[in-house]
Amino acid sequence: MSDFRISRSEIVPEEEIAALEDAASGAVVSFCGRVRNHNEGRVVTRLEYECYEELAVSEGERVLGEAREKFGVGKVRCVHRTGDLAIGEPAVWVGVAAGHREEAFAAARFVIDEVKKRVPIWKREHYPEGPAEWINAAPGEAA
Amino acid sequence: MRVRVDYFAMLRERAGREHETLETRAATPQDLYRELAPRRGLPARTGLRVAVNDEFRTWDCRLADGDRVVFIPPVAGG
Repeated sequence: MSDFRISRSEIVPEEEIAALEDAASGAVVSFCGRVRNHNEGRVVTRLEYECYEELAVSEGERVLGEAREKFGVGKVRCVHRTGDLAIGEPAVWVGVAAGHREEAFAAARFVIDEVKKRVPIWKREHYPEGPAEWINAAPGEAA
Repeated sequence: MRVRVDYFAMLRERAGREHETLETRAATPQDLYRELAPRRGLPARTGLRVAVNDEFRTWDCRLADGDRVVFIPPVAGG
């Protein structure tokens, strides 16, 4: 299975961490991004994620490869949810196993930042009132 | 030539469809977007990226018969 995955079912951080098992690694750093109940001053009731899976996986793998090369870390994995998510549910998980903490923290930070910037995944916020909105997608004028 | 276009997220809603296959004379993704934007109510191209056959490409790359083109709105994972 590839180290970057798209998951339609709940992410279980304990299971993801278990897959990082590596006797040579003295440091394991993981990051879990969860659905927050507010954003930019608005109450958020739930999130919806959509992705372009073929390109999301290849671009996600590219990010993980860059992290391995740049920081010399052993194992790096990432899983991102799609579908409907409730408040508090994990939306994205990143885990790194490395010789030492410094490169493990740096690599985990790099992966989550690059994934958010580059991987074709979109989120739509739902609110108690008013229409749901795609995040980052400025309405823009019709061309 | 025939190309397939897939729409995601905000563009899927604007276009009112997930994908379509069409006959076009557009030589590049840029030309194709210009052709489809008024017909599908797509926004100005600023901030969008494009993928051809599941790889990021430039807006002025050459399209070929049978290509799959995806216009990519600003991403928002995490």
